[in-house]
Parts: sequence; structure tokens; C-alpha cells
Amino acid sequence: MANLTIELAKAKENIERLAGDYGLDFFQTIFEVLEFDELNQVAAFGGFPTRYPHWSFGMEYDQLSKGYEYGLSKIYEMVINNDPCYAYLLKSNPMVDQKLVMAHVYGHCDFFKNNHWFSKTNRKMMDQMANHATRIHRYIDRHGYEEIEKFLDICLSIENLIDPHSVFIKRPGHSEVDAQLTTGEVKKLKSKDYMDKYINPPEFLEDQKRKLEEKAKQKKTYPPSPVKDVLLFLIEHAPMEQWQRDILSIVRKEAYYFAPQGQTKIMNEGWASYWHSTMMTRNILTASELIDYADHHSGTLAMSPGQLNPYKIGIELFRDIEDRWNKGKFGSDYNQCTDLVEKKNWNTNAGLGKQKIFEVRKVYNDVMFIDEFFTEEFCLKHKIFAFEYNPKTTQYEIYSKAFNIVKKKVLDALTNRGQPFIFVVDSNFENRSELLLSHRHEGIDLKIPWAQDTLKNLFQIWKRPVNLLTKLDEKEKILRFDGEKHQELGGEKKAS
Amino acid sequence: MALKIDQNYRRFKEIIRGKIKQDLKKYMSSGEMIGKQGKDYVSIPLPRINLPHFEYDHEKKGGVGQGEGQEGDAVGKPGEGEAGSGAGRHVLEVDVSMDELAQIMGEELELPRIEPKGNKQKLDSPKYRYTGIRPTGPESLKHFRRTYRQALKRQIVSGTYNPKDPMIIPIREDKRYRSWKEIPQPVSNAVIVYIMDVSGSMGQEQKDIVRTESFWIDTWLRSQYKGIESRYIIHDAAAKEVDQETFYHTKESGGTIISSAYKLCHHMLTQHFDPGEWNMYVFHFSDGDNWSAEDTNMCMSLLKSELLPLVNLFGYGQVESQYGSGQFIKDLEKGFEKNKEFDHLITSKIDSKDDILQSIKTFLGKGK
Repeated sequence: MANLTIELAKAKENIERLAGDYGLDFFQTIFEVLEFDELNQVAAFGGFPTRYPHWSFGMEYDQLSKGYEYGLSKIYEMVINNDPCYAYLLKSNPMVDQKLVMAHVYGHCDFFKNNHWFSKTNRKMMDQMANHATRIHRYIDRHGYEEIEKFLDICLSIENLIDPHSVFIKRPGHSEVDAQLTTGEVKKLKSKDYMDKYINPPEFLEDQKRKLEEKAKQKKTYPPSPVKDVLLFLIEHAPMEQWQRDILSIVRKEAYYFAPQGQTKIMNEGWASYWHSTMMTRNILTASELIDYADHHSGTLAMSPGQLNPYKIGIELFRDIEDRWNKGKFGSDYNQCTDLVEKKNWNTNAGLGKQKIFEVRKVYNDVMFIDEFFTEEFCLKHKIFAFEYNPKTTQYEIYSKAFNIVKKKVLDALTNRGQPFIFVVDSNFENRSELLLSHRHEGIDLKIPWAQDTLKNLFQIWKRPVNLLTKLDEKEKILRFDGEKHQELGGEKKAS
Repeated sequence: MALKIDQNYRRFKEIIRGKIKQDLKKYMSSGEMIGKQGKDYVSIPLPRINLPHFEYDHEKKGGVGQGEGQEGDAVGKPGEGEAGSGAGRHVLEVDVSMDELAQIMGEELELPRIEPKGNKQKLDSPKYRYTGIRPTGPESLKHFRRTYRQALKRQIVSGTYNPKDPMIIPIREDKRYRSWKEIPQPVSNAVIVYIMDVSGSMGQEQKDIVRTESFWIDTWLRSQYKGIESRYIIHDAAAKEVDQETFYHTKESGGTIISSAYKLCHHMLTQHFDPGEWNMYVFHFSDGDNWSAEDTNMCMSLLKSELLPLVNLFGYGQVESQYGSGQFIKDLEKGFEKNKEFDHLITSKIDSKDDILQSIKTFLGKGK
């Protein structure tokens, strides 16, 4: 399958062996050499050779090919999480770039295979995607292109309403209902009579009883507790045609497949950059390639005022971790040390760097990674700042360089992949089979016109009025779409 | 080679052009058309359609960046490259020269190249092209390949060439040099007159539209003609010629008498430019609210007898304004409809920023 030239095949063999020697552990990796238009197509399809037909892929292709034609941008690497891993090389790239990409790709492959957040992804996604495409083509044959496209638009408009953590949770089956709830009585601890009021204090019992009653009341609503996987809820409960249900579940499956890549963008790119940099500079580069390599490497890691470059932050954090653990800059002794000079020169020759970064790549995701390793020293060293919108100048302005503010901003942007938390709260809202969603407001309002249009799309699926409980300018509001018009109601109504 | 993606690509293009699925049109973003002008740094608009999601109001969100700077320093405008560490959505932004930019725009809008009118061409200073070869010349113009080829020829003929030890040494007679030819370049000149209505009813938003649109028209025409002059006229009840800076920044008020501007424009064109040598373009932007029907009639006759016979193209762009009646465009259309002789009068309605591209296409799409 691989169409590598002899030179490339040799380079591949060499880099693969090197990567193994450095302790990277990856699926079998297959490289393919593509022309630029083929590569743009694959990239537009999210790395896959086949996807279901939808204009949005055409749009990505448009952007990529225009960018390439006008000489604005070029895709460097494209690798997909699959067993075996597939990676693509651009035919027109010079040899030094091909080697850089290969080294980078092995970093990604190792990450895909070993990072815990990828452990539940389908490793035969290549086949699964093709299968999805075939199914959707079949529906198109039966129901017509327009119809399917319209429904796909709806599905893609809500594809972010999933819960990437849910794949790791094992819940008991529905049959187990809390015994306390059915009897309505609070369980008491066993005790002798004279001890009873100490072991089971009456106030506590009262309190428990009240809670129980509240819970019982809640149980009348369905779902009994808020559900974050809105798509699954709709697939299971919304009145749809079978083909619609199938398409929605296809969109959901693919969203889950791509979710971990969103959750680990910084780490994944950082890890791959760390390894391409290590392998290229220590082993692979020839003297004549050095300048080109340095040029392209710095291009990839360039920082810009408008946003954080995940490659840059990732690689620097991994290097920082390695350095700290090599010098023993961790643990309570180090953390409690108040002498800055001593802290700076701290070195216990612990030599745990390599071990630590491999451990980090195994269990962390971006949120945890930043939360734990984004230190004040790091923030200062790399000149990271937070910016906010200034309505007076209609510009983004640097608003603070203080560590805790910057860190909070970074975490905000990463939490839930930078998207709002939306839950299904009630499927029989107002006792009228209306759907009630709730937005857990964390300081930033939703974009209202978009939220309204999304509700409109949800209505197409739920077929009854849909409501979204959110906050606007600090006030609770329900956005409602009843099939004809949008309404904005005060939040009190949810009390029912 | 046919690619699988072609079908999706065509579909997307059709949506963009508004042929199908008009309901998606409102999700289309074409980016800000002039990002950072100056230093020839321009952001290129590539249309995107973003399906609605439950999403944060990005404007209020802010983000994180990296680099030098103090608190209070600006890092960019919203919509410009989607500042922020959020999703990886990118607006392409690069150094593009104005010429390239015009070319890109021409491709995007499928604009035809402009055919200069009549024999309004004069011969400009000649251009030099290195096309020929000659046996003498300065060393800096030595043509290595031809020189060595000549030497090889000579050595083979004279029998001094040894294929086992292929050493070729050129001697003086072998040397070849590049030579040049003079090519007279036909050059046509053009003058563009921008007229803007600055009466009280034209607000900031309307002027922004005019500014953006004239920037792109200017860019395109400049790529088509070598010598270009731009002139600016503003008018309310009276018209006057101004410089570019004033054109975009004045806030006048008062009524609107369009004929005043047409008179001035005619005067300017006939006094300063020889119609035999210049290609003339006039673009007029207004909210379409003229003072009186009488004046409108006067405009019509001015156009018919004086202006239209002079110019290559007369573009009238009407911007939507909440105060204007928007009558003028209807009058124009009625007055010149179905008149082949006046098909270089083109009208276009610009209701919002999103219509700018379409409007430019209307103006320049005929290759006049």
C-alpha cells in the first residue's frame, strides 16, 4: 500500500528504529505520499480517505487549497489515530521536511496508542468511517440528497453536545432503584434505645427526610439527573425515522472519535514536537539540512500575540517537566522553599525526567496538564498574557499578565474543549412533552442568535417545543422555540 | 484527476453563490475585507459557513496570547483571525501585495480583464527584456550554459574532446552573452472619480461600506491600468473636490442635490483630462435620497448628454440607510432600462457589508 520511494523507505526504517530506541511505543505506521490536492482532500476529510458527502468538507478543502495555491499555508503533517496508523507525506516536500514529518508522526502514534484519553477510541476508525459513508450514501439513494443534507446540517449543528468523559463511566443498570426512595423512609443506623438519639440525631433524620422528599420529587422528571450526552438522549428518546436515528448516531460516533484529539491538543502536539526535535537534532540531520530544519521548526513553533500555539506551549512544558524532574524540582521540600535563588539552583540530580514525561503522556489531558505543570515561572519565562475585549476601542487588549488570571484563562479555554456545558434536564417540561436543556453558566453568556438557531434545529428532532435555561446579563432566562417563534422568558418558570 | 471531494466542493460553492440553501447564507462569514491595511498587509476573505452551535459569545470571552507587550496594548480586532486560544478556526492572514490581491480578487469574483476603450493607448517608455544571445558583452551577463555548449561543440569538431576525461575549457570565441531587446509597452491611462453623498442621512456604517467598496474597486482598476488617477468628490447640497483623507472622514450634513456633483464631475473630467486619451470611471455612492424630483430629472439629462458619452463605466451604488427613501436607484433604472447605448451605467444596491462583494462583481463583472 505504501508508495514510498527508496530514499523515503530508508528514512522511514531509520526513524522507526530510532523512535523505538528512545522508548516510543506505537502501532504499525504506514506512510503514503500524496500530491497536494490529494493531501488537501484527505485533510479536509479530517484525515480519512472517505467520508460521507457534506458541503462542510468541501469548505475545508476550499480553504486548504486556496491557502496552498496562494502560498499562504501548507499542511505539514497529517496522521490518524488508527491501528495501523496512517500518515501522509506531501510529495513536493524536500527530504528534510519528510524526515521531520516522519519523526513528528511517530510522536503522535506513540501518544495515540498510550494516552489514556484515547483508550476508548475505535482503532479501526478507517473502516468505520468508510462504513458510515456507505450507510449515508444508501440513505441518499433512498430519500434524496437534499433531504439527507438538510438533516446532516441539523446533526452537525448539535454535534458538540456530547460527554467525552462518559465513555469511562460505568453506571449501574436502570433496574436498581434506590430502596429509600420507594419506601420514603430514612434508613437508621442500628443502635440501642438509649443511644438512639446520639447515633441517629433527630435533626439529621429530619434533614435526610427533606432531602429524600426533594429527591423523590426530582425523580418524577426524566431524565432523573441531568444528562450531558444530549445526542444519546435524543437518539434514545426523540421521535425520529430510523434513518434519521442512524445518521444522528453516526455523527455522534464520529464526534466521540475526534473528542480526545480536542482534549489533548497541546499535549499531543507538544509530545510530537518534543520527539521530532530530539530525533532530528541528535540523530537524523545532516549538516546541509540544518538551516532548512531550523527554519521550519521555528515556523511551527512561532508564537503570535493573538493566540497560544499548542506546539510551542506543549513542547516547552514537556521540556520544563523533564528539566524539573531531572533536577528534583518537585515535592514538598521544593514547593515550600521560599528562597528564590536556592529554588532556581535546586538540583538533587534526581534524574527522573524521562520517566516523568512518559508518565505524563500516559495519564494526563490538556486541562490536567496545564493545571499541574503551568507554573508561575513558566508563565513569566514565556511571556504569556490574558487579553479581553475592549468595547471602547473595539479591539482585544492585553488585560493582565498576572499568573493566576492567565492560568484561569487558559483553563477556561480548555475546559469542556472551550464549549459551554449543556445538559438535558427535563423531557416533559411544563408537563407538555417539551424539552428543557440547561446551560451551566460560568461567567460568559451564550451567543444568543446562534443559540436560537440551534434550538430551531433541535426542534426539528424533538418535534415539540424546546427550551434552554441560561443566564443573560446575570439574569436567568429561558430561550424557547415552539416551532414558529422564538421567545425569551424569565427564569422563574423553571420552578415547576 | 477527479477527487472524491469535488462533489462536496461544488456543493459548497453553490451555497456560497446563493444558488441553493439560501437559509445557510446568514451563517456565512467572509471575514473583514480590509484587515490591516498599510504595509501592504491585508487579510484575505475566504468565505466560511459556520453552522450554529451552542457557543460562547466570543467577543466577551477574550483569550490568552504570547509575546511582548504591556497591559493595555492592543492585540487585534475581533473577527480578525479569531483571536483567542479557542477552536482552531483560522482566517488566513499574510503579506500580500496589492497586485496579487487584485489577482486573487479577480479569480474569486471571476472578473474579466478590462478592455481599454477605443484607441486610447499611448506608447509608454520601452521595457527591456533579455531574450537574445550575442558573442560579446559584459562578463556579468555571461550565459554559462550557452558558453559551455559552444566550447563543447568546438572541442568535438576539433577532436580535442575526450569522453573518458570530459574536460571542457571555453576560450574567448566560445563566450556567449545575453542581449536585450526593447519592447514598447502600450499603456493606457485611467481616471477614477469617486463621488460620495455625505448628507445627514449617511451614517458611519454607510461610509464604512463605501470605504471598503472603493478600496476594492481601486485595487482592481489599479491592477488593470498602469497610470491611474483617483479623484474624490463629496456632495450634500453642494459639491466639492476633496482629497482621499477628507473623502472618507468628513461628516457633513444637510440636504442632497445630486446634480451638483454630476456637474462638478463633468467639469473636472473635461477640464483636466483629455477624453481621447483617458479611460474614465465614475462611481457614485449615495443613500438614494435626492432633494427633489426636478433635480433627479436634471441628473438624468446630465448623465445622458454629458457624462455617459465620456466614461467607460458609471457605477451607482446605493447603500441602505434608515433615513433615505432610496428612490434614486429606481429612477435611474427606469430612465436607462433597456437602453443598449447606456449599458455602461450600472446600478447596485448594497444593503449591508455582506453585499459588498456581490456589488463589486456587478460593477466590474462586465469588463468595461
